[in-house]
Amino acid sequence: MYDYDVIIIGAGVSGSAIARELSRYKVNACVLEREEDVCCGTSKANSGIVHAGYDAPIGSMKAKMNLRGNAMMEQLSKDLDFPFFRNGSLVICLDKKDMPRLQELYDRGVANGVWGLQILMKEEVKEREPNITDEVYAALYAPTGGIVCPFGLNIALAENANTNGVEFRFHTEVQKIEKSEEGFILHTSQGDYRAGYVVNAAGVYADHFHNMVSDQKIHITARKGDYFLLDKSAGKHVSSTIFALPGIYGKGVLVAPTAHGNLLVGPTAIDIPNKEGTNTTREGLDQVLAKAGMNVKNLPMRQVITSFAGLRAHEDQDEFIIEEVEDAKGFIDCAGIESPGLTSCPAIGELVADMLRDKMRLEEKEEFIATRKGILNPETLSKEERIELIKNNPAYGNIICRCEMITEGEIIDAIRRPLGARSLDGVKRRTRAGMGRCQAGFCSPRTMEILARELKVDMQDVTKSGGASKIVVGVNKDTI
Amino acid sequence: MKNYDIVIIGGGPAGLAAAVSAKENGIESILILERDKELGGILNQCIHNGFGLHTFKEELTGPEYAGRFIEQVNELQIEYKLHTMVMDIRADKVITAMNREEGLFEIQAKAVILAMGCRERPRGALNIPGYRPAGIFSAGTAQRLVNMEGYLPGREVVILGSGDIGLIMARRMTLEGAKVKVVAELMPYSGGLKRNIVQCLDDYGIPLKLSHTVVDIQGKERLEGVTLAEVDGKGKPISGTEEFYSCDTLLLSVGLIPENELSGGMGVELNPVTSGPRVNESLETNIEGVFACGNVLHVHDLVDFVSEEAKAAGKNAAMYVKSEGITDRPASDKGKKPCVRLKATDGVRYTVPETIHVDRMADTLTVRFRVGGVYQNCFISAYFDDERVIHKKRPVVAPGEMEEIKLTKEQLEKYPDLEMITVKIEEA
Amino acid sequence: MEERNLICINCPMGCALAVTMNGTEVVKVSGNTCKRGDIYARKEVTNPTRIVTSTIRVTGGDESMVSVKTKEDIPKGKIMDCVKALKEVTLNAPVCIGEVILENVADTGTDIVATKNVRAV
Repeated sequence: MYDYDVIIIGAGVSGSAIARELSRYKVNACVLEREEDVCCGTSKANSGIVHAGYDAPIGSMKAKMNLRGNAMMEQLSKDLDFPFFRNGSLVICLDKKDMPRLQELYDRGVANGVWGLQILMKEEVKEREPNITDEVYAALYAPTGGIVCPFGLNIALAENANTNGVEFRFHTEVQKIEKSEEGFILHTSQGDYRAGYVVNAAGVYADHFHNMVSDQKIHITARKGDYFLLDKSAGKHVSSTIFALPGIYGKGVLVAPTAHGNLLVGPTAIDIPNKEGTNTTREGLDQVLAKAGMNVKNLPMRQVITSFAGLRAHEDQDEFIIEEVEDAKGFIDCAGIESPGLTSCPAIGELVADMLRDKMRLEEKEEFIATRKGILNPETLSKEERIELIKNNPAYGNIICRCEMITEGEIIDAIRRPLGARSLDGVKRRTRAGMGRCQAGFCSPRTMEILARELKVDMQDVTKSGGASKIVVGVNKDTI
Repeated sequence: MKNYDIVIIGGGPAGLAAAVSAKENGIESILILERDKELGGILNQCIHNGFGLHTFKEELTGPEYAGRFIEQVNELQIEYKLHTMVMDIRADKVITAMNREEGLFEIQAKAVILAMGCRERPRGALNIPGYRPAGIFSAGTAQRLVNMEGYLPGREVVILGSGDIGLIMARRMTLEGAKVKVVAELMPYSGGLKRNIVQCLDDYGIPLKLSHTVVDIQGKERLEGVTLAEVDGKGKPISGTEEFYSCDTLLLSVGLIPENELSGGMGVELNPVTSGPRVNESLETNIEGVFACGNVLHVHDLVDFVSEEAKAAGKNAAMYVKSEGITDRPASDKGKKPCVRLKATDGVRYTVPETIHVDRMADTLTVRFRVGGVYQNCFISAYFDDERVIHKKRPVVAPGEMEEIKLTKEQLEKYPDLEMITVKIEEA
Repeated sequence: MEERNLICINCPMGCALAVTMNGTEVVKVSGNTCKRGDIYARKEVTNPTRIVTSTIRVTGGDESMVSVKTKEDIPKGKIMDCVKALKEVTLNAPVCIGEVILENVADTGTDIVATKNVRAV
């Protein structure tokens, strides 16, 4: 039996943000994650948007967390070294008749405390974004809107939490939770854990765990979103995040640059019964294609390099549930964290850590390390610095991923650092090796070699994403 | 900064042949920059035979074909750097490259030959829905794993795309112990050579399903199966024709894209049809002294033609370097005398080159192109403005096989006011 | 009389060939549009042969595999036997292009030769 003061279920952005904020205190905490790495569920497949905060109902937890998270993101991105840009957002209104609904968004934003909102008329919109459709009538401009690398954010939070003493157990699936005298017993695929406090940050499965300990049931629906990711050559098609005005055509799709300079188009919103259903569908992709051009013209859809689907954890009341469960004291829900969840995660981390601090009377650690250095990106160096870097470590002179120009040095760093990469996808999320236009065609055999060498495993045991996702299955002629 | 007369970007078949030709045409200062660990490029993993029938009049395997050129490069003492990535090329022909030993360094060239080859289209470019498990490879990646590293990517295989790499990999996987269940092709015809269909599929009883595509991918961690469906004339899956194939591997052989990120970065104009540079009769791009050849220019099916094209590029680059300082060299008369433009139409998708300076062309110029569909008993025609000058009967032409016409200088000189040569397919 | 159907591999035409056989003797080839189709059909029905290419593991070299081929084409029916014979072979670097790796593979009378150089390291 493993004993902890606090166990956090789930190493997505919520769980990792909570772990990071909690690591400020003297507490024995552990994150249990069923996958092989952090950032493997909802956190890895979403729009990467930092919302301004005009969507959520006035006074809601969503609104509160959104505004606070948005305000925290910039400093956090500096402290923890992950890509974040305040590129602004536009909600496009195509028809004069729909102006009341645009005005409604504006008013709600103002009431929520969103700074700098403006309604722009056609000319101003076109001036800001020449590729907006000529049909545009007006747009709501939010200068505080931003984009963030969701992997970068999640990994940075988890690494920093780990550096500050929070343990992470991967491939550890919580199967059953029992209340006990001193708190909770968690039966997992890797043995039993005991903790006084449990934080339920399990994404689409948060209802599952909540309902194990409470009679007041909640329900989370997996809401699927299909996306297209376009080549960097299309990354400057728009500079702000372009939203559709929600309305009679249903919710439209967004078009946004990503924090790494690609272009993202999506998502759909389809409720599905299967919480593992991260497959894209023909209908979903066709829907995105059909809606893509509604607000942005001349979208170069020939430049698509990949499509993917993510599941949002939609709660029936359409609200974040971040509170201690009434009939299970010590069990804190962090449920229904769908959009604007990514934006909100720093605030959610702060809120939950504060709750635990107060309940557990936690003391601050003097040795808390508030900053973290990300994987060195040689492209940010001057020519002289880069030459010096290669002289000291020739691995930085060896390009492995040709499309994203990622060196062996970066990949080795990704593997060796705290909570380092264990798989091709782990390397990809940390370094972008394999995320470019050839989608790992050239670099995967080379990255596999580096993983095998660094982790001291056979090439045949290298996986795409842990578990049974082995890349090669044998050697030539082994069955003939 | 080091100076070279000619720097060749890429040490595959195109780069090697261009280097040999430049040297043979009198240039001493040549450098080949190769990103891989050895010269030869993709030929090193193409261990099958069928290369060299035109060039060497014998049938060689890929490594042997590359070996012949590597030998020549060594005999001619042409300089090359391996493990060296070109990061950037400027329009003034300053090349920034990087490797482990020398770090980041710059080279000034008088002429640059682009020979970077191509890459495979990934799954994402096809919008195939489904999960994203391990076990989905582009055919070339699988080829590298099997042929260079000795690892088997899977045991039960479905191949999408009947391009030559897909067909070749069907046989390779079979001979290494895997079961290839089916090859599906979206088009109603195969993009590969007949010989490969017979010797790679029929020999091993592997079915080829034309007008079929993958409509779903199953398996969360490792691939568990794919669903194929028949497609209609527009390539849309026909509902009710779905058929599930259990497999642990899906190989994609769905097209090649010239790798022109460096070219684009230096301002080389690209043709959207080929995704390769627009070139003139000298295989020179819109930037004077920058030449292109091989698969970076347009995707070839026979390496022999890559070598032939690269030989011309090498020679032209040599002539360009040698004419340096001569004010009236032909290369500098752009704009003075209008060049002849080539137009591809009626079934002809593109031509390489796209423009001809008659005074600069060699005695014979090969114009290469591809057609957009299968045409039987047709004519390949070339019109010099309104006059049909070439009318070549062909029993069949298909998109999978590159076509060519030859133009002679003598012929073109007879038309001093010629503005446009139109290349088209005419049905009989 | 027996008829066998083939697709000619000589050009993109892909003529559908019909070969009329009397036992092992070719009586007639039809469907071909040129002479090459006739030659191909006669060879393919009486003695189909193929060059086989494969890989062999190498130790102590700058590559872990070396590519090989049958020096001449071998009977089509012997392809799998030939590949099986290569399964147990491991080479020590260096290996040179053209070097004979295995003589008379699977009793075909043909040798297996290397098609690539592998340097010793």
